[in-house]
Amino acid sequence: MAHTNNIAERIIESNPMIVQQFRISRKIKETHDTFSIELELPDSMDGFSFNPGQFNMLYVYGVGEVPISISGNPSKNKILTHTIRVVGTVTKAINNLKVGDYLGVRGPYGAGWPVKQAIGKDVVVVTGGIGLAPLRPVISYLLTNREKYGKVALLYGARTPEDILYIKSLEKWRGRFDIETLVTVDRAVGDWRGNVGVVTTLIGKSTFDPLHCIAMVCGPEIMMRFTIMEFIKKEIEEKNIYVSMERNMKCGVGLCGHCQIGSTFVCKDGPVYCFEDIKDLFQRREM
Amino acid sequence: MENLERILTEHPFLKGLDKKHIELIVGCASNVIFKAGDFIFREGESADSFYFIRHGRVLIETYVPQKGPIMIRSREEGEILGWSWLVPPYRWHFDARAVELTRAIALDGKCLREKCREDHDLGYEIMKRFAKIIAERLEATRLQLMDIYGNGTHK
Ligand SMILES: Cc1cc2nc3c(=O)[nH]c(=O)nc-3n(C[C@H](O)[C@H](O)[C@H](O)COP(=O)(O)OP(=O)(O)OC[C@H]3O[C@@H](n4cnc5c(N)ncnc54)[C@H](O)[C@@H]3O)c2cc1C
Ligand code: FES
Repeated sequence: MAHTNNIAERIIESNPMIVQQFRISRKIKETHDTFSIELELPDSMDGFSFNPGQFNMLYVYGVGEVPISISGNPSKNKILTHTIRVVGTVTKAINNLKVGDYLGVRGPYGAGWPVKQAIGKDVVVVTGGIGLAPLRPVISYLLTNREKYGKVALLYGARTPEDILYIKSLEKWRGRFDIETLVTVDRAVGDWRGNVGVVTTLIGKSTFDPLHCIAMVCGPEIMMRFTIMEFIKKEIEEKNIYVSMERNMKCGVGLCGHCQIGSTFVCKDGPVYCFEDIKDLFQRREM
Repeated sequence: MENLERILTEHPFLKGLDKKHIELIVGCASNVIFKAGDFIFREGESADSFYFIRHGRVLIETYVPQKGPIMIRSREEGEILGWSWLVPPYRWHFDARAVELTRAIALDGKCLREKCREDHDLGYEIMKRFAKIIAERLEATRLQLMDIYGNGTHK
């Protein structure tokens, strides 16, 4: 059996397009339109290592394939976690799968967040909506290696209180003294007593040092643009700002050109980029 | 008074202001305290003051028939609450409700308007600072209106 597994691993390593079947071991409803799934590794794998910010291509047989970031803890490599917002055909089909069903996975792909470059500095993570999913592994990583970083700040914005992801994790982080967790919603009704206002309004409330920090931003592009404007007002250098770009994808490995913007392939060179390197491409519309 | 003067001198909003202007402002200032649930002002009422929030949190709300109050902004420690005192007809456009015990310094708008009229240098300094706040709030409101996390975007 071990021998067969080694051959399988070698084939997979040499062909990044091979899809492996992972069994769904748990499904978590996060909000009315977003869920997380935990996948068990196939027998041929003894761990699934990834860098925070990398994504997988998830495949539903007969329906299609979509890029989805890995949202679990990178130090727990026996379980693969994804958080998915239901928007269309494939995400709906994934949502229809039940515990025990199988999902096709290939990856991990792409460049992740600069957690190593951030060592010795403050880290500010600004995220909105489902953008927290690709950044949750960053928070887990920073907290696992907490002594290597200065201040850590997480600024998260959601549409309404009902749209807030990972409520339990956020509550846990808010209770810690070594991470500043600020949450806001665009609007609220009822008994909400927290911040109300767009996520950019949290930047002025946070205590990170703009001159010695790495900023990581993920959310709708328009939110990222406004966030970068705020950062620039605070004199954070462009080379210290990282953003996640999203473009439609097919192959995920730099072969088909589907995700190309200018000379870069988002699937291979991104999705995480240093803002200084892509600022000219940043506002370009999808081609 | 001395305490008020010290707090106002150190507040980022008034940073760089002359001592004599701070003294004029202190003449219109008083300490106020609101319990959780207290309304600080209500839509339509005359806007005769603004607040430097020292501690606590205030929600700005508007009432939508059939839906009830919708919270559209919050203001916290270090922030300024209210600018309708500056623009005729000097009426509040929203409700402001303390959601926790809130301490603030209230500035009497009528008193300050009068002092700004008498001393245009002070008037310019106040206008300049409020213009910045109003511009920031306009920008945030625009982003909020775009409903960026709603349908049509996947993130
Ligand atoms: C690198 C990367 C990582 C991603 N990570 C996540 C994640 O962790 N969780 C998650 O929920 N989603 C993530 N996405 C987005 C996800 O891939 C899309 O939502 C998914 O492909 C939609 O497929 P669908 O068949 O369900 O929808 P479709 O039927 O293809 O489309 C439905 C609607 O969604 C819009 N839409 C679809 N894809 C995109 C897109 N990429 N950009 C803008 N609008 C789009 C369409 O315009 C259409 O209105 C990621 C995308 C990329 C490129
Ligand atoms: S998705 Fe094929 S090149 Fe990027």
